[in-house]
Amino acid sequence: MTAGSGTPRAAGADDVVVLDGLVKRFGETEVLTGIDLAVRRGEVVCVIGPSGSGKSTLLRCVNLLEQPSGGRVVVRGTDVTDPDCDIDAVRRHVGMVFQAFNLFPHLTVLQNCTVAQRKVAKVPAPEAEERARANLERVGLGERGDAYPAELSGGQQQRVAIARALSMEPDLMLFDEPTSALDPELVGDVLEVMRGLADEGMTMLVVTHEMEFARQVADRVIFMDGGVVVEEGPPSQVIGAPREARTRDFLDRVLNPTHGR
Amino acid sequence: MRGALRSPRRRARVSRGVQYVVLLVAVVLLVSTADFGEIRRAFLNPEVAAAQFPGVLTTALVNTVVYTLLGFALGLALGLVLALMRLSSVAPYRWISTVYIEFFRGLPALLVFIAIGNGVPLAFQVSLNRYLVVTLALGLVGAAYIAETIRAGIQAVPRGQVEAARSLGMSSTRTTVTIVIPQAFRIILPPLTNELIMLTKDSSLAYLLGSTLAQQELAQFGRQALNQYQSLTPVLVAGLCYLIITIPLGLLVRRLESSTARSR
Repeated sequence: MTAGSGTPRAAGADDVVVLDGLVKRFGETEVLTGIDLAVRRGEVVCVIGPSGSGKSTLLRCVNLLEQPSGGRVVVRGTDVTDPDCDIDAVRRHVGMVFQAFNLFPHLTVLQNCTVAQRKVAKVPAPEAEERARANLERVGLGERGDAYPAELSGGQQQRVAIARALSMEPDLMLFDEPTSALDPELVGDVLEVMRGLADEGMTMLVVTHEMEFARQVADRVIFMDGGVVVEEGPPSQVIGAPREARTRDFLDRVLNPTHGR
Repeated sequence: MRGALRSPRRRARVSRGVQYVVLLVAVVLLVSTADFGEIRRAFLNPEVAAAQFPGVLTTALVNTVVYTLLGFALGLALGLVLALMRLSSVAPYRWISTVYIEFFRGLPALLVFIAIGNGVPLAFQVSLNRYLVVTLALGLVGAAYIAETIRAGIQAVPRGQVEAARSLGMSSTRTTVTIVIPQAFRIILPPLTNELIMLTKDSSLAYLLGSTLAQQELAQFGRQALNQYQSLTPVLVAGLCYLIITIPLGLLVRRLESSTARSR
């Protein structure tokens, strides 16, 4: 099934996310059919694969935006599939960036970055604002705190979304195709911010179609198809020299889209 | 001629010309047959009009506004609760809310006024404060409409907003209060203004309760003056006073809409 992947590692204390036989069904359709995956602290893992392969669902199972149908999901040592787990407490430490940005349109950029700090983490206002400004600075939008999301470009909105997630000081960042909704010329700024985060040692799980980003930034690349992990390893292997026919086929279509088949 | 009308654009032009002619003929007929002396006597008697002031403004208009605002306040609060119940994951809440909405939306407001103003005091041997009756009657009816408006507004807030809020660690309640409801209210501002305008007009039903001079709202004020002066002029004056309320409301909401355009 997962032939060609590296030898499965035993889950250790250093793991921020552990998926153990994760199964997700939508009605009759099994979208994830028993995924095993561990993400170590400081590791950047990119998940690639054709649309409908279950990679976004996998990501959304980590912070329980989708309820897993089977298996275990352990985040920062907490089994989030346990019905007694305080999922809100776990989510506070897990930032998520969406394809469609999902900024709060009725709040300013600064308020977007402070609202959860204030209402959830109960951070005092001056400290929350200071943190928010520092993170806006970090994504290159220190001057736009008073703007509303609708006044920003897509690339700027996505960078605010990253700053919003960072303002909760997460241990783990989930990126769900963060550049797929952007005009091509705006993709670079967002990827640059993500690369900076990776360099600073943030633990990141990234679903993406940006092969160049995965190749350069990921510590590990996971190729998914049909709800299973087909191939997994360092980018030089999975993207550079894929062993599986399905991986080769996918990469060929992504990297050479205009070649007739 | 047939050839000239084959082009759609030409046909549209001819059709437009015919419509102007019809309108012109209608106006000319109306103006030439109307008896302006009679109309002026009935509707625009200056002495009768002058006699309505300042009472129509200081008493009747004020009462209409007070009744409306009281009813709207209750309707908004109850409507929000009903809307949240309608969207609740607890099925009995949904049923209760649905039954309430169907019931009060289907009844004439007139009947609700009679039930609360006359029925309740008779049945329970209590006397109800007039303001309480008007607030209850307008509020209970208004809540049914407002609940449906708010529900639609809440459902119009994209799912991604809830997901973003939850992924930041906000609880379901916190998400509803801080993220969903503020956005829903921006969306429903125009339909909510319509509810307010409807309540303004429904407040005229307070005349059913009988009232002292000081308690009269616009409709009853106009009706009483009609009897007193045997002239339609007071009714016209009262009618214009309704427009003094409703037209600025329409303008206000347009201003509010453009001032919140930045933040949506």
